[in-house]
Amino acid sequence: MTATAVPAAAPMRARVTLRQRLQDALPKLVLAPSFLLILVFVYGFIGWTFLLSLTNSKAFSNFNFIGWGNYLKLWTWTFETDPPSNWYTAIVNMGLFGGLYVVCCLIIGLGLAILLDQKIRGEGVLRPIYLYPLALSFIVTGTAWKLFLNPRIGLEKAMHDLGWTSFHFDWVVNPRMMIYCVAIAAIWGSAGFVMALFLAGLRGIDGEILKAAQIDGASTFQTYRRIIIPMLRPVFLSAMIILINMALKSYDLVLSVTGNNPGGAAELPSTFMYSYTFTRDQMAVGSASAIMMMMTIAAVMVPYLYSELREKSR
Amino acid sequence: MLKKSKLLAGAMLAAFSLAIPAHAADVKEVQMLHWWTSGGEAAALATLKDYLAKEGYTWKDVPIAGGGGSAAMTTLKAMVAAGNPPTASQILGYYALDYAKAGKLNNLNELATKEHWADVIPKALQKFAVTDGNWDAVPVNIHSVNWLWINKAVMDKIGATEPKNFDEFIAMLDKAKKAGVIPLALGGQPWQEATMFDSVVMSTGGPDFYKKAFVDLDPAALKSDTMKKAFDNLAKLRDYVDPNYAGRDWNLATAMVIKGDALVQVMGDWAKGEFSVAKKTAGTDFMCYRFPGTDGSVIYNADMFAMFQVPADRRGAQLALADATMSPAVQSAFNVIKGSVPARMDVPDTAFDLCGKKGIADVKKADAAGTFVGSMAQNYAQPPAVATAYTDVVTKFFHGQIKTSDAAVTELVKAIDAAK
Repeated sequence: MTATAVPAAAPMRARVTLRQRLQDALPKLVLAPSFLLILVFVYGFIGWTFLLSLTNSKAFSNFNFIGWGNYLKLWTWTFETDPPSNWYTAIVNMGLFGGLYVVCCLIIGLGLAILLDQKIRGEGVLRPIYLYPLALSFIVTGTAWKLFLNPRIGLEKAMHDLGWTSFHFDWVVNPRMMIYCVAIAAIWGSAGFVMALFLAGLRGIDGEILKAAQIDGASTFQTYRRIIIPMLRPVFLSAMIILINMALKSYDLVLSVTGNNPGGAAELPSTFMYSYTFTRDQMAVGSASAIMMMMTIAAVMVPYLYSELREKSR
Repeated sequence: MLKKSKLLAGAMLAAFSLAIPAHAADVKEVQMLHWWTSGGEAAALATLKDYLAKEGYTWKDVPIAGGGGSAAMTTLKAMVAAGNPPTASQILGYYALDYAKAGKLNNLNELATKEHWADVIPKALQKFAVTDGNWDAVPVNIHSVNWLWINKAVMDKIGATEPKNFDEFIAMLDKAKKAGVIPLALGGQPWQEATMFDSVVMSTGGPDFYKKAFVDLDPAALKSDTMKKAFDNLAKLRDYVDPNYAGRDWNLATAMVIKGDALVQVMGDWAKGEFSVAKKTAGTDFMCYRFPGTDGSVIYNADMFAMFQVPADRRGAQLALADATMSPAVQSAFNVIKGSVPARMDVPDTAFDLCGKKGIADVKKADAAGTFVGSMAQNYAQPPAVATAYTDVVTKFFHGQIKTSDAAVTELVKAIDAAK
């Protein structure tokens, strides 16, 4: 009996394991192409950029390694404030622009979402109106805002024509204030998108919880402050990731709003990286700045992601 | 042996291109990367297109907008790096040398010898078209940047005459200011400010100083009192621009002069193309003078077409393009519209207007006198890394981030050192 049972079971087990193996391997097989693409085109190129940043590449890439010289250059530029070096201006502007952009987008986006969430009539019309700016390319957004804010033809002239002759608003042609105009245009472009994110989050909140809060006698303000907004934390996370990323890589908007960066006053790390790599023939310095940008975003995002995700798994 | 390997490489390239049908389909096509998108520029390029069309070649634009062409240069770099270069590309000075040294350009010697290019193109300009004895680019025009463009009606109204030196220039701007017109139409973008500063330096220090400072990069000259004076003179000009100048495109500034909102623009002679498109006549509607104090010198930049290594089946079209570009007929027709002067010294000036005739005569004179010098701001005096460092300092000074001329010259030396 046993003698016949064994050979019968053996192929059976083999077939199962083959199928199982295939089943186990299937997700990996399906994911492999995208994994490979990301490995090469994201991490591979990060590595490539890092290698370039250690060389003395000029117009074209080469592999004459010179160590940390390019980082040293950036480091000294960081403290050159009078006259401001391009890198110093870029960092300061990044702080101003990035900070304003992320905070204002979150506040305006959340505010709009809460207002739209009051079961008002015509929401279907209002929502796309707010969302629409995102559909415009940044060049268009930037050029439109540049013309709108230009004192000679835009807002200031319109106010003067209406009779408010003391009105004065020349930020877009004042190198010191230019970066704020970039922020205004960027916030206009993205606030609606953040609103859509928050609106989706608000719709996902269980009505029972709100009813319970109402029964407990919580005011609307308290409900929002203590219950709803804390429950939107995951939305904050996704919004922050997207906004910080968009702030760091904004490039076309800066150039189109400011008109090619007069006085170097509207420099951002992205414009710095681009100009050093491609037009100033200092590819190695450009690569070093790209690595610095990546490290900065990692320094912000990694702890944030870590704390958020750990919270969830707990 | 060398020739054989080149042939082999050519054959391999040809085979490679056959594998991509899109490229092999049309050999009678010229692919051209350029940033001539404004009205006058596009009209000038059309003359070359028409000439080639008569010879049976079609034209495919790869246009990338933006004066100065930094976006175009990036696109070009990507196309060349991907092994898919255009037939030719508009290119400026040192960028051509970069590609030539990297071995990306084709050899045009046969055509050059047959057509005697070496005898008709100014020697100073040949530096950028010839690398190691090999012709690899063709100059299509010579621009010069030390020009004033003046609205004649406004000048008559304020009772001014041609300024002969910098002080007279300031006096003229004062008159305009008193009369309530914008004296100086300036586009406050880094390259425009730097281009204007080229002329200011030439006016302040003369051609020998210009050469010492910008061609030889002599630190003593860069730090000298003359250079400080040049920065001070630049600062004086700041008082005559309108408050909205920052970030303005150059052609919008030219439009201000055309419309009579402003008196004068300091700009290269590509500005004349805008006047032509607006149907304005030199001598009656507008005047062109050399920047005060720079008469006799020409600060040039030139547009060239760099000829890239293309598969053998596109080589014929490339040579046709080079030949057409260098033909006196095209050189004349193109430059009449573009506002520049022909890169060939043997093209008759009959078709040109007042400014064109003056430009042609000036270039000949300057070429003979050794005062035909490359523009620092336009990459014809120094490679891009140094030229952009210079542009940085000038624009920061003009917008007040560098406060004194003392600080400016110190910064200039430092920035140039760091970029070298």
